[in-house]
Amino acid sequence: MKKLNELTIRQAYEGLKKGKFTSVELTNACLSRIKERNEKMNAFISVFEDTVLVEAKKADEMIANGQQQLLTGIPFAVKDAVNTLDSRSTGAAKILDNYIPPFEATVIAKIRAQGAVLIGKNNCDTFGHGASNENSMYGPVANPHDLTKVAGGSSGGSAAAVADNQCIFAIGEDTGGSIRQPASFCGIVGLRPTYGRNSRFGIMAMASSLDTVGPMTKTVEDTAILMEVMAGQDAKDATTVIDKVPKYTKNLNKKNKFVIGLPKEYFEAEGMNDEVKKMIESKIETIKKNKHLAIEFKEVSLPYTKYGIPVYYIIVPSEDSSNLGRIDGVRYGVRSSEAQDLYNIYAKSRDEGFPEEVKRRIMVGTYSLSSGYYDAYYNKAQKVRTLIVEDFNQAFAQVDLLLTPTSPFTAFGIGEKKEDILAMYLADMFVSPSAVAGLPAISIPGGKDSNELPVGIQIIGPRLSEEKLLNFANLIENV
Amino acid sequence: MNLDKEQILQIAVLARLQLKEEKLNMYIEQLSTVFQYVDMLAQVNTEGVDETTQVTGLQDVVREDIVVDSSEEKRKKLIALFPEKVGDLLKVDAVFENVD
Repeated sequence: MKKLNELTIRQAYEGLKKGKFTSVELTNACLSRIKERNEKMNAFISVFEDTVLVEAKKADEMIANGQQQLLTGIPFAVKDAVNTLDSRSTGAAKILDNYIPPFEATVIAKIRAQGAVLIGKNNCDTFGHGASNENSMYGPVANPHDLTKVAGGSSGGSAAAVADNQCIFAIGEDTGGSIRQPASFCGIVGLRPTYGRNSRFGIMAMASSLDTVGPMTKTVEDTAILMEVMAGQDAKDATTVIDKVPKYTKNLNKKNKFVIGLPKEYFEAEGMNDEVKKMIESKIETIKKNKHLAIEFKEVSLPYTKYGIPVYYIIVPSEDSSNLGRIDGVRYGVRSSEAQDLYNIYAKSRDEGFPEEVKRRIMVGTYSLSSGYYDAYYNKAQKVRTLIVEDFNQAFAQVDLLLTPTSPFTAFGIGEKKEDILAMYLADMFVSPSAVAGLPAISIPGGKDSNELPVGIQIIGPRLSEEKLLNFANLIENV
Repeated sequence: MNLDKEQILQIAVLARLQLKEEKLNMYIEQLSTVFQYVDMLAQVNTEGVDETTQVTGLQDVVREDIVVDSSEEKRKKLIALFPEKVGDLLKVDAVFENVD
């Protein structure tokens, strides 16, 4: 018999509908789990114990009045780099330690309009800067499968909290793998939607041409449920597309035919762990042998794959240095007590309130955009970006979707890669190219290695192909 | 490519970061490492290739030029966030005082 906090959105919805339990009981089950585990795991920066139970009570009233929707009364958590109304949002940065937004991200407002209840804010790499959650100014997050290992990043707290059943689902943010990679390390489902599919309004901005916000869940179906609620054009985000939002849950189980590309540059990459590779290849064989599925695999080539990381690490720091200019200790946040003049209000507040990785990226970006270097760096990177986009286009002319490992390895030890900046950047080698091209990509669990650490399978699709992507992911999820 | 101390200090001013003296060598090393790595892009032939500045293809997304009011409640919350204030006014150091 599953504990209440172990349920999926679908299961919780059914249970609440049938009156098997209340939202208050469901929420208390999650709160107990958080109390039990937060000291060891540190997946939460803020827990909203009082307000979430008030919300849960309201949700129970909604259900009693026949107003229940899929997300009503479901406890969820949000990455702290996403603003939530009247509730502390730090971005895991000390400079925003006391920041309480008077507004909320559009996607969060949509979820809460259905009556989902906000249990707390997840720890993350500060402002999304990292691939292990070790760059947080609030301490690292431990992987629930092995507390000595990282949860991944930057949405490490969200992934760990969902995997550990501290909440039913979480909302994360993915600029260059920050939903998918921690999902892979923690053994859950994480979707990076098509850039422009979900509104970025209210997300603490990192790289405006790459940032996305998406669901982190226990099942593919739960992700589909959330995407139906989250997706859509928003007047507050001029980069959202006008395309109609499909009913993603409708055809999840349809046994459609698929031709799946296997890009050789991913499977043969330097640094690709042997065991992870073998596990994914074995899963592919299992799918091939399944007589109920019409799935064909084909080798493809994406020759510009290796440029994904250098392109990413010029474009993102550049856009990031511009976006983080607004965090300056002037109108909100923590202002340095050492500042004796206006320049130092900016310069000391930022030096004190940002972690090292954020300062590094701001400096890389500032330099890349500066006079004399703009052409060699930012402009050049945007051109190679075009080549990466075309790389994927030629692949999708041959296949429906691409299947790759999400990460070249499983979760590494806390502290193991922290000092090696490049090694940390290369952790994102399989998730960066699709991010640079603005494509949707999902990571689903693909078993556990010999150390009981989760392996993630990534599926990438053309722009706005979430329906196909979720259908395929759902079909192979439990094969 | 390797950065030197003068460049780091110049970048720091542009980025409004008051870096600690004892950490400067660390930043020089780390930033040089990053730039040496991304320099591999120079080997890619991008002749005749246009930049991708955004992937949606959207253009000129505009709204009507009308004033939308904010609420008094929101205004109070924003003022409450000021790190230093006098009444309802945000307090900052003078722009032209104590300038080096």
